[in-house]
Amino acid sequence: MRTILHSDANCFYASVEMLHHPEFRDVPMAVGGDPETRHGIILTANYIAKRRGVRTGSALWEAKETCPGLVILPPDYDQYLRFSRYLRELYGEYTDRVEAFGLDECWMDASESCGIKGDGEKIAKEINRRVKKELGITVSVGVSWNKIFAKFGSDYRKPDAVTCVTGENYRQIVWKQPVSELLYVGRSTSAKLKRLGITTIGELAESNPDFLYAYLGKMGRTLSVFANGEDRTPVSFAGEAPAVKSVGNGMTMPYDLRTDEEVRVSCYMLAENVARRLRENGLAGDVIEIYTRDSELRGRTCQHRIGIPTNISGEIAEEAFRLFRENYCWKNPVRGICVRVSDLTGEKQPYQLSIFQNEAARRKQRIMDRTVENIRRRFGDDSIRRGLMAFGPDITPRKRKEQVIHPLSYFQKGNLSGA
Amino acid sequence: MEQSYKMYVEVGAVFERDGRIVPKWLKIGDSRYDIERVLDCRRAASMKAGGCGLRYSIRCRGQNAYLFYEDADPGAWFVESRKAVSAEEIL
Repeated sequence: MRTILHSDANCFYASVEMLHHPEFRDVPMAVGGDPETRHGIILTANYIAKRRGVRTGSALWEAKETCPGLVILPPDYDQYLRFSRYLRELYGEYTDRVEAFGLDECWMDASESCGIKGDGEKIAKEINRRVKKELGITVSVGVSWNKIFAKFGSDYRKPDAVTCVTGENYRQIVWKQPVSELLYVGRSTSAKLKRLGITTIGELAESNPDFLYAYLGKMGRTLSVFANGEDRTPVSFAGEAPAVKSVGNGMTMPYDLRTDEEVRVSCYMLAENVARRLRENGLAGDVIEIYTRDSELRGRTCQHRIGIPTNISGEIAEEAFRLFRENYCWKNPVRGICVRVSDLTGEKQPYQLSIFQNEAARRKQRIMDRTVENIRRRFGDDSIRRGLMAFGPDITPRKRKEQVIHPLSYFQKGNLSGA
Repeated sequence: MEQSYKMYVEVGAVFERDGRIVPKWLKIGDSRYDIERVLDCRRAASMKAGGCGLRYSIRCRGQNAYLFYEDADPGAWFVESRKAVSAEEIL
């Protein structure tokens, strides 16, 4: 049996700010994006603000309305990265298997260190105590024999708590909870499960995996494995960088998009950036994906395998836009878009040509992409643009420092759960 | 908890061959104070002043005090201070 810990820094951004600004410790406070560029949402709120109804993801004005007197600070990512590094250094004293899941969460596999450092619970309590003392923020730690239940444990009681999910108590702790508490059961999966009469994790665990497979596809089996605590996904070693699995670029638009044409322009804008990064890394991919988020903040992903690996901006953009047109019903305007290419191969890899595809034209497009890139490098990003860019939102995706803020996919290295 | 303030100070330190950083003196206002002894060094948060880093317990003019090295970029040293800043109050 493995000993897996999951440590989650409580209200991470807000806690770091509260440490540095003692005057905001006893007032409702939140860290929020810049309202000027419409990144005006709450990223994290402290517990006082949360109790008064401030939710992560709500607009700044909305939050101020629900909680008058709310103090909103701009995010300081350098500071958060520093604390994230401190946390990982501290975890690293207990095991070399430390896998980050975003800035504020980490899994640790302490199976090998239990002999020296004591059992999982002891290590968890020590980490909890040390983080508070040494870094001045709090963490919730979950301890279990698999990653899924460990994560569940860290969410179960917060802030500043240790929860052990053991073979004896998991039926009481985990199985009684609503199914949406399980990793990878989001809004749409839980709605589907509800239609089957499955509302708790226990009910999911006791359902026939073949039945779940028939109903939910591959994910059905995986979720069954998750719910039963049979997940075998290993914890990566610290510093082990997963191979690039996809290249994407997304952004929140400066204003809501209301027409197909505006979305098309945005697709081109994003696809050019994706294509450039693919080329820089000598990659091409044949699965094109578009993620849209509407003004109600509802997200949706559509993807399609085009059959021929590409890193041509025009092809990526047109495919992304086609997917969008076929799947988006325009009930709400579009707030943000992300274009992504996955299932990557080396761009020099041979591939099966198609008689329906004009390879000579593709070659020309590839040369054109490179030429445009050269011109931009020499004369600036705005020196040359597609004509259609004149008709859409003015969004030049900025080249930013690479930063992984959001948790990566649990299946970064493929599905290793054993399902 | 008594509210303290974070005061950044000028520090003279020696970088030992093994990588340790040992503060030798600190300057508050115009006065320089020699650090007689470093009693302890550990990573700790200062809830009072608001910050975290390597906390040196130092002995200075017969008094014990904390001196923090915030290893951010750029790194800086600070002490916990009460509002009226006079060195005697910190030490």
